[in-house]
Amino acid sequence: MSKYTEDDLREELKTKEYEYGFYTDIESDTFPNGLNEDIVRAISQKKEEPQWMTDWRLEAFRVWKEMTEPEWANVHYEKPDFQGISYYSAPNSKPKYDSLDEVDPELLATFEKLGISLDEQKKLAGVAMDVVVDSVSVATTFKETLAEKGIIFMSISEAIKEHPELVKKYIGTVVPQKDNFYAALNSAVFSDGSFCYIPKGVKCPMELSTYFRINQAGTGQFERTLVIADEGSYVSYLEGCTAPSRDENQLHAAVVELIALDDAEIKYSTVQNWYPGNAEGKGGVYNFVTKRGLCEKNAKISWTQVETGSAVTWKYPSCVLKGDNSVGEFYSIAVTNNYQQADTGTKMIHLGKNTKSTIISKGISAGKSQNSYRGLVQINSRAENARNFSQCDSLLMGNECGAHTFPYIEAKNKSAKIEHEATTSKIGEDQIFYCNQRGIDTEKAIALIVNGFSKEVLNKLPMEFAVEAQKLLEISLEGSVG
Amino acid sequence: MDLKEKLLSSFLVFENQVDIDTYVHDVRNDAIKIFEEKGFPTKKEEAWKYTSLNKILKEDYSVFPQQENAIEYKDIKKYFIHDIDTYKIVFIDGKYSSHLSQTTHDGMDVCLMSAALSKPKYRILIENYFNKAATKDSLSSLNTAFSSEGAYIHIPKNKMVEKPIQIVHFSTGNESATMLQPRNLIVVDENSHVQIIERHQSLNNNPVLTNSVTEVFTNKRAIVDYYKIQNDSSNASLIDNTFIKQRKESVASVHTFAFGGKLTRNNLNFFQEGERIDSILKGVTIIGEKQHVDHNTLVHHIEPNCESHQDYKGIFADSSTGVFNGKVIVEKEAQKTNAFQANNNILVSDKATINTKPQLEIFADDVKCSHGCTIGQLDESAMFYMRSRGIPEKEAKALLMYAFSNNVLSSVKIPEMKQRITKIIANKLGVDIGFDL
Repeated sequence: MSKYTEDDLREELKTKEYEYGFYTDIESDTFPNGLNEDIVRAISQKKEEPQWMTDWRLEAFRVWKEMTEPEWANVHYEKPDFQGISYYSAPNSKPKYDSLDEVDPELLATFEKLGISLDEQKKLAGVAMDVVVDSVSVATTFKETLAEKGIIFMSISEAIKEHPELVKKYIGTVVPQKDNFYAALNSAVFSDGSFCYIPKGVKCPMELSTYFRINQAGTGQFERTLVIADEGSYVSYLEGCTAPSRDENQLHAAVVELIALDDAEIKYSTVQNWYPGNAEGKGGVYNFVTKRGLCEKNAKISWTQVETGSAVTWKYPSCVLKGDNSVGEFYSIAVTNNYQQADTGTKMIHLGKNTKSTIISKGISAGKSQNSYRGLVQINSRAENARNFSQCDSLLMGNECGAHTFPYIEAKNKSAKIEHEATTSKIGEDQIFYCNQRGIDTEKAIALIVNGFSKEVLNKLPMEFAVEAQKLLEISLEGSVG
Repeated sequence: MDLKEKLLSSFLVFENQVDIDTYVHDVRNDAIKIFEEKGFPTKKEEAWKYTSLNKILKEDYSVFPQQENAIEYKDIKKYFIHDIDTYKIVFIDGKYSSHLSQTTHDGMDVCLMSAALSKPKYRILIENYFNKAATKDSLSSLNTAFSSEGAYIHIPKNKMVEKPIQIVHFSTGNESATMLQPRNLIVVDENSHVQIIERHQSLNNNPVLTNSVTEVFTNKRAIVDYYKIQNDSSNASLIDNTFIKQRKESVASVHTFAFGGKLTRNNLNFFQEGERIDSILKGVTIIGEKQHVDHNTLVHHIEPNCESHQDYKGIFADSSTGVFNGKVIVEKEAQKTNAFQANNNILVSDKATINTKPQLEIFADDVKCSHGCTIGQLDESAMFYMRSRGIPEKEAKALLMYAFSNNVLSSVKIPEMKQRITKIIANKLGVDIGFDL
């Protein structure tokens, strides 16, 4: 085999097209473009929501109208035209199915192409899936198993009807409607999403998982996820996305709220692979997500994410460590290629005593992409003995990409212990030489090094998800990840 | 009338009085326009997120101190590094004091900005260097518009300046509130070496606001050591804007010792325009009460094979606030850059705050860049070790803090200066021991 060098890898990365770019033709029920109070009301009506929900949406819409888009992030893109988007689209084949056989076969084929066939998932992984295709849940599996334990796992629109008291109590408590521009927009127009409630003391026996797909041309997708872990419970939640190839930019503005009550633990893992645009940077998804978790006493929230897609990513999964002894974790791999731009990181807000947070962020940039880490660690004056450790490493491939680090650290308590370290480097020639010397060829060496570089984060993914994560990393960095 | 309006209207008066040179005249006029447009920075600007000027801008500053004030050397001797022979450029309320100064034109120029701006023999240098390193932000522009006095230092080729140069700005506080805008220009030609010590000192407790701009040019293989001592009275505020432009193979280091003042903001900018340049930025901050110190650094790596080293230590007591905002930019062409940034802090009190933001912006792949920052406390086992050997708590603490800041002190190249800083630190920590144990 001829010598495989970093230049070859770079060349491969450049030319590697998005493999999952296809488009399923399912008849959709789509609203006209544009956004006003009537549209908000119509969305609410369509979903047969109670009055309080409609009012809540309208309140968010009014706040949103007064807000302007944030511009502080280190990303440059053409602003979406919010009046040029349709705010609702649902697959036509309704009502819901009891078994997979009844599902539109074309849809099943889509999933098969993605390698996440429901059948397989059902058999192999024991994963209950709440599949979201263009905003409405089509199939929910394993619901009965979960129901036995008292776990509620359903689409949020169902939850609004069936468990209004829970939704009403918790929605918007972690991410208020007026939190930021995109959260307000989401609160006004969210179409669907997942709702999960784990009762007191219950350990959820399986990984809960949702797959997102953007499917209808010109449709923005506004998911809303609410996960509540009651006292002493545990849940591991998986979220993964792939999207079809498209020329115009698509907007994705999701909101995820996690609430971990006393002694509860939530592990939230994401694999994100929205369409990143082609090699010229045309097209691609805008991913503006607000994710935040609230930890009560002794609770723990852990965010793990593998980001390989999207033209523009703007995402800061955060933890509010409100209760004493609570723990927040953030593990992230962000891979950018071609013209992708990512501005991602986390916020750890320490309010309670003895709170701990860990941040491990790995950025890999190739092509002409820009990859930024932006994080905030805030120690409040009452947060005695707070502890934080942050590590942000960047790997650069080629001299046309950029890696940036913007860590904000604010400490107001003398007993705080904070460490932050960041490094930026390329794959060292000496590292490759070391491997070559021991009979490992350059391709394998690069694979080893990149693998090792991201291992700390990959290890944090649940087993069932690791396969998918590997697959997505391969698409972005084929030839380097084994 | 707020300060901005006052400054704008006094500019008209000022311009008529001093203007001589057409080049500088244009520069001043452009600069005041920038200031008029931008105004004073507010917390909404990212670079000023943690530092608010609102309070200090409320004072009714006199922009041009009227009186000539004289002070006796014996009263202010302690503010100089007086145990060694040095050149001195001394200003009192913004005006040059010839009897306190010791300047030279012998083989090099250690003199005044006002002379350099007005005498024809300096014209070419002024046109080549004046305002060529300073950025167009509002505070530097404000200073540029009012620039008339300060230190002018030009070291020609192949010259080792045998003794350090002290630049000291006194404010007498004879008027209720004073605003000073000194402007320094330092040009060091090929292979030359110079050491400079800068200090701002107010002599009583009336509010003083100093908005200083220093431009330093280090040409090929030149070496510049710059020390800033900031240990002012509790009503003095300082905005220090320093811009250093480096040519190839030059070495520039800036040590900032921030111990005092009400509000201190250090905008320290390095631009590396050549290969194999080394830039060193070090600082020790020890403050208490309601003091506020903000270090805002920028190192811009433009060419390959350069290095930068940043090391800032901070100890914060009482209700003091510390800010560190360090930025390293590595351009696409700047391959093989080594850039290091460290910021370590100790919070001594529950009311003290530290905000730190070490940023890296990197566009080149073959680089080694790292930054680290920590916030922590004094090591309890180390404290116990010393206390169990009979060292009282206060002294033990002081020793640990001194050790903490010693990394920065050890690279100070003037021994007398090091001693002086050590004494200030001891004083600051309230102990009576010399640290040269």
